[in-house]
Amino acid sequence: MNTTPTPRRLARRRVPGLRLAACAAFAVLAGTASSAIAPATAAPDFTLHALGGPNLRLKEQRGRVVMVNFWATWCGPCRQEMPQLNRLYEKYKASGFVLLGVNVDDDVAKATEVAAKLGVTFPVLLDTEKTVSKLYDLSTMPSTVIIDREGKVRYVHRGYLAGYEDNYEKQIRELLR
Amino acid sequence: MTARRTLAAAAALLGAALLGGCAMPTIPSIQPWVKPYERERLADPIMKLSRDAVPDKHFEHVRVVREAARGATGFQGGGCGCN
Amino acid sequence: MAATRAAIGLWRRLLALLGSLLGGLLVVPSARAVDLPENKGEALIHSYSGGGVKANGPAFLVRKSILDKVSLTGTYYLDAVSNASIDVVTTASPYKETRHEFGLSADYVYRDAQLTFGLMTSHEPDYVANTGSFDVTQEVFGGMTTIAFGFTRASDTVKKHNEPEFHDTADHWQYRLGATQILTPRWLVSANFEALSDEGYLASPYRVARVFGAAVPERTPRTRSGRAAKLRLVGDLGNRDAMHVEYRYFSDTWDIKAHTAEIGYSRYFGENWLADSFFRYYSQTHALFYSDNATSETTYVSRNRQLSTFNDMGLGGRVSYTVRRVPGRYDVKLNGSYEYTRFKFKDFTDLRDGSLYGYASSVIQVYLSATY
Repeated sequence: MNTTPTPRRLARRRVPGLRLAACAAFAVLAGTASSAIAPATAAPDFTLHALGGPNLRLKEQRGRVVMVNFWATWCGPCRQEMPQLNRLYEKYKASGFVLLGVNVDDDVAKATEVAAKLGVTFPVLLDTEKTVSKLYDLSTMPSTVIIDREGKVRYVHRGYLAGYEDNYEKQIRELLR
Repeated sequence: MTARRTLAAAAALLGAALLGGCAMPTIPSIQPWVKPYERERLADPIMKLSRDAVPDKHFEHVRVVREAARGATGFQGGGCGCN
Repeated sequence: MAATRAAIGLWRRLLALLGSLLGGLLVVPSARAVDLPENKGEALIHSYSGGGVKANGPAFLVRKSILDKVSLTGTYYLDAVSNASIDVVTTASPYKETRHEFGLSADYVYRDAQLTFGLMTSHEPDYVANTGSFDVTQEVFGGMTTIAFGFTRASDTVKKHNEPEFHDTADHWQYRLGATQILTPRWLVSANFEALSDEGYLASPYRVARVFGAAVPERTPRTRSGRAAKLRLVGDLGNRDAMHVEYRYFSDTWDIKAHTAEIGYSRYFGENWLADSFFRYYSQTHALFYSDNATSETTYVSRNRQLSTFNDMGLGGRVSYTVRRVPGRYDVKLNGSYEYTRFKFKDFTDLRDGSLYGYASSVIQVYLSATY
């Protein structure tokens, strides 16, 4: 499901305490934990081993717009999303955009095979221990987090449906400016 | 101002409670303990109730014709939980 | 001017209050959506042979999602039946018959719920059945629990060969409720309950009952109500294999009580092979008015062996081969399955020699399934 940033009107009028109450209420309602990452907070730093390469640290990407996409080979919508993400990566990487595909498979060989089959060119990071998934408190597969040049989380997308990539592109362009 | 804040907060919680049918927030809520990124095994086709509809329907038909018991065959649950 | 501003201010506050009343639904990301079922094609050749009955035929299924919103499924099933069963052989003469069945269903996803509407029609020369069903599946609790409920309504027309004056109907209602709960990343449990109700002509115009040794047309009640409850446990065993165990209890107003238990094991072999195996045990007690040879006159009497006391044990297996190097984005599997079942009747006899009847049956399925 798409998340748009908090409607400015409500953000202005409602005090943070009430929003917290609403979030807590919804957490009880839906049984899902409130997200550790919310828009306008600093993106938690992490270091992961990249497929066929050295370790990659999120903090080192400061100055670029980063999209962190959590995916798995067993997740249908994730595989559907990959070609779209690849297209975005190829299009904007020269402008200071980087896409990190964090894979949560237990089997690295499977991840390598599927990434190759889908023709993925952006770095695929391996989170077999699920430490980063826990850190980012993923509530859906796939999840996409867009981080701005200062390392702040700007947009969080949960799930993937055809057409979401248009939204991603819009948001990337906005942050690249 | 404080009264309105409290009232609005109470309204939010009541609204959520009404919609969710759950009790007061003082009762600790149970969080889902299997996270979406831990569902690799559950997403595997061998964990599915029925992988192919037509052959399973045929088996069910053969049984229903010969046996008196029917029903409660089940529905799909578990799985990848994506989206 | 001040009054208008105050009114606008109040309106804004009311809207904001409504917003917060709806809690996180507006401000915080809403509940996840489930995915539509995958596009699929299935082509099956099925063969049943047992107790003098042979039924063979093809069956097809095509499922396609439209605009990522609705998934449509079309099915076709053909049964060419050659019936020389014990009843037919001892009380009538063997016959051949063909049954066609067409089905159409639509799946629609709305947020965390999936709605399924289905229609099915089955045609035999002397029996027409029309069915409509509606099912809702809802994911709750972070996707760990799935709740489902459904309803099926069927309406049948019963006719008789060589007797055009015979015409009757039968109506059926089924109500289903179930829940699946994920226990651990490897185990899940599911409970299902169904209430069934039938009304109308529930017998067979060809079947005879035996009263004091003489053949009389069977007389069955025109209503029947049953309940079934099933519990199923599925688990991944850690070696690219899984097992399932299930138990179902059924009882109805005809006094039949039935137990079904099944245990199965599935395993992957290499990159392309998958094998399943299962053992199934079934037992039931006879209907109140069932009798192999009635020794009193009762309102209802039937010698339908489906209503007798019996048990059956089945052992089956299936092998699937994933075909590689298929052009396009198809995922094609070739499958073959076989089930051997042994029926043992406790109060139904073979009229030819008076012994308790029993028979073995084989079900063979060969099919191709493709997801795209």
